[in-house]
Parts: sequence; structure tokens; C-alpha cells
Amino acid sequence: MSATDENECLVEARDVVLSFGRTPALQGASLAVAAGEIMAIMGPSGSGKTTLLHCLAGILTPQAGEIHFDGRRVDTMGETERSTLRRDRFGFVFQFGQLVPELTAEENVALPLLLGGARRTAALKEAGTWFERLGLDGLEKRRSGELSGGQAQRVALARGLVSRPEILFADEPTGSLDSLTGEHVMDLLVTAAREQGTTVIVVTHEPRVAAYAGREVIVRDGKVSSFSAMRMDS
Amino acid sequence: MSVPLTLLGLLEREPSHGYDLKRDYDAFFGRGKPLSFGQVYGTLGRLARAGKVVVGESEAGAGPDRKRYVITQQGATEFEAWLTEPVEAEPHLQTVLFAKVVLALMLGRDAEHYLDAQRAAHLQRMRELTETKREGSLVDALLADHGLFHLESDLRWIDLTAARLDALAEEVRA
Ligand SMILES: Nc1ncnc2c1ncn2[C@@H]1O[C@H](COP(=O)(O)OP(=O)(O)O)[C@@H](O)[C@H]1O
Ligand SMILES: [Mg+2]
Repeated sequence: MSATDENECLVEARDVVLSFGRTPALQGASLAVAAGEIMAIMGPSGSGKTTLLHCLAGILTPQAGEIHFDGRRVDTMGETERSTLRRDRFGFVFQFGQLVPELTAEENVALPLLLGGARRTAALKEAGTWFERLGLDGLEKRRSGELSGGQAQRVALARGLVSRPEILFADEPTGSLDSLTGEHVMDLLVTAAREQGTTVIVVTHEPRVAAYAGREVIVRDGKVSSFSAMRMDS
Repeated sequence: MSVPLTLLGLLEREPSHGYDLKRDYDAFFGRGKPLSFGQVYGTLGRLARAGKVVVGESEAGAGPDRKRYVITQQGATEFEAWLTEPVEAEPHLQTVLFAKVVLALMLGRDAEHYLDAQRAAHLQRMRELTETKREGSLVDALLADHGLFHLESDLRWIDLTAARLDALAEEVRA
């Protein structure tokens, strides 16, 4: 019996298969994540971690298998419905923050709110609250070129969380940072996620980053390792 | 952790009562394994007989706890030498992890399953240490980090070994 049976399962991949041309990326990957869980996806480079994350987040459509989110099939949804789901209920953070260079830090954080139809003043005000929370006071008007790697990654984290998503998908969010800065970002991520009850799926190959999650799975050769890791009951 | 050298180091700060030494040892180095008073006074007695500390005059009130211990030049020299000497960099070649993998392969057991179980146990411990680090003081964090880096290097070895199991099996069964 898996740990998620007792809890409400928020997102699930069932026997997902996906190839890029002749390169198999996922070969029957299954994973269930409970609401409120912080889950790490680990595994060697090229094993299919990013592809699995993108399938769960409705960015890629698997060639076989199913993706479920909150009781709905994501893999069979139309693109419009899927992009609404991503915008309204999902948050994203990637290895390189991918901030929009033409926008200020504050505008970058406000972006998901603006795309969701919020008014500019309200969106910027909400974005502003994240600067203090993440120790970014005074950097609101900077552009991404004027931020250090760690600062940019915290801005990206704020942008991922600003719309209070039900689930945050993070792909190597500390991958471009030195280990101390990376851990600081993880610490902030976990604190914020716990505070607002956000479910987190974080892809990482670093054990020290995975140790911030409550549970980990290992992806190998496009499959999620069947070995069920112990789960921290907290 | 060398108790005598650690106590010498604490005495190098200032002459102290046994009680103060125990309190500071427990706070900074004990980590859930406090020294007993017997250990403290036993160690101080041996250090005194070796000429590394001297016992000051008993203060009013008497009793063992009223005595102040003072480090000697010999004690200070020994402590200084220990402090600056790097610890032997162990090659870690004969760890229990290594022995289990090799034995499992020799006996045709499931070494991969063992490595998966070990990886999960290591990560669980890393989670606990990370939680300690997030909630504790800077001293706790420093100690937790030391543990985390060691566990991380074990994990690297576990991953590398897992990737080479087939070749390893051939070699140990040859
Ligand atoms: N867009 C793509 N086009 C072609 N092959 C890809 C693409 N994305 C990933 N792959 C291949 O799919 C496999 C899994 O990749 P990925 O999911 O990115 O692995 P990971 O994130 O674990 O490093 C790899 O062999 C990779 O080369
Ligand atoms: Mg990847």
C-alpha cells in the first residue's frame, strides 16, 4: 500500500509513455502525489525527470498512459482548458529563473496575476509582499540582469507562488546556484509551501536539495523506481 | 570525539569547575550523549596525574565541585598540537557499505535492492538533519551540515556502485 492511498491524491501519472522520435523518455512511469506533499523526483541525468514533470504539469502529452489532476484527466483535455489549468492552479520554477529581461523584478513576480486578469496596481501590490518574505527588499525595480543568481532564483520562486497555486512544479530550481544559496532558496520554498499548503514536486539530482522534501522517488530509464521510500510523518 | 582533549580545550579558555566543564561539553559537543560527572572527574583526575592540569585550592563550601581546574603549559602544548593537526583522511574503503555490496554480489544476493534500501535510509537521515538545520541554532546547523556532506558522499558512491553492479559482480565472482 502506498503512502498516498490514505491521503487525497492530487496529481497522478499512470503508466505514462513518451518518446522523442526514437528516443524513449518515459517507459511506463507511474507516480501519485498527495495534496500538501513535498515530493522530490531524483535520478540520473537523462532518466526522464523533466519529461515526467512536464507530463504531470500538462505541458507535454504522453503517447500512452494517463495524467490525473484533482480527479480530472489532463492528458485528454483540450489545449485551451489545459492552459487555463496551468495558469490558474499551477505554479512553475525552472533551473534558470527565466525572468522576462524587459520587466522589473516586481513586474516579473506580478506576471502570473496579470495574465490571470488582475488589475496592475493590485497585482504589483500582491507581488510586493513577496519581496519582504523572500529577503528581496529594495530589489523591486531591478531588471533580471541586475540581480545575482540567488536573487533572480528567489524572484522566480515568488513568481511561481504569487498566484497561490495548488501545486508548484520546480525543475532543478537550485541547479544554477552554489550550494549555500541553493539551500537558502529551498528553505524559502519549503517554508512558503508549508505556510500556504501548496503541494510541491521538485526535480533534482542533488540529495541535499531532495532532503528538503518529505518523500523522494527515483526515476531510472523512464520508469519510477518501485522501491517505496520511507515517508516522514510531519 | 576525544573527551580529554576537548576538556583541555575548554580549560584553555579559563580555569573552570568540573560542573562548568560538563555543562559546556554537553551543550556544544554532547549531542544527546551528556558526560556523567564520573567521566568528568575521572578524566580530570587522569589529566592531573599526567601533569596536564592542576587542581586549584578548594573554595569555601568544599566538596569536589568547589575545585577549580587550571591547564598547565604541558596541557596547553598538547592541546595546541592536537588542534592544528589535521585528522587522518580516511580512504573509507572498508566501510560496512562496501562490505555488504561485495558480499551480496559474491553470494548472488540482490545487491541493487540493498543499495536502494540504503539510499532511502540515507535520504531519510538527510531529511532529519535538514529539519534540525532549519529549526536549530547555528551550532546545530554546522554539525548537521557535517553529517549531510558525509551522507551525500556515501550517496554518490551508492549511485556510482549501482550503475556498475553488473561489472562488479563479474569481478568479485571471478
Ligand atoms: N525535446 C527533446 N527532444 C529530443 N529528445 C529529448 C527531448 N527532451 C528530452 N529528450 C530525451 O529524453 C530523455 C529524457 O530526458 P529528460 O526528461 O530531460 O531527462 P532528465 O530531466 O532526467 O535529465 C533523454 O534521453 C533526453 O535526451
Ligand atoms: Mg531535466
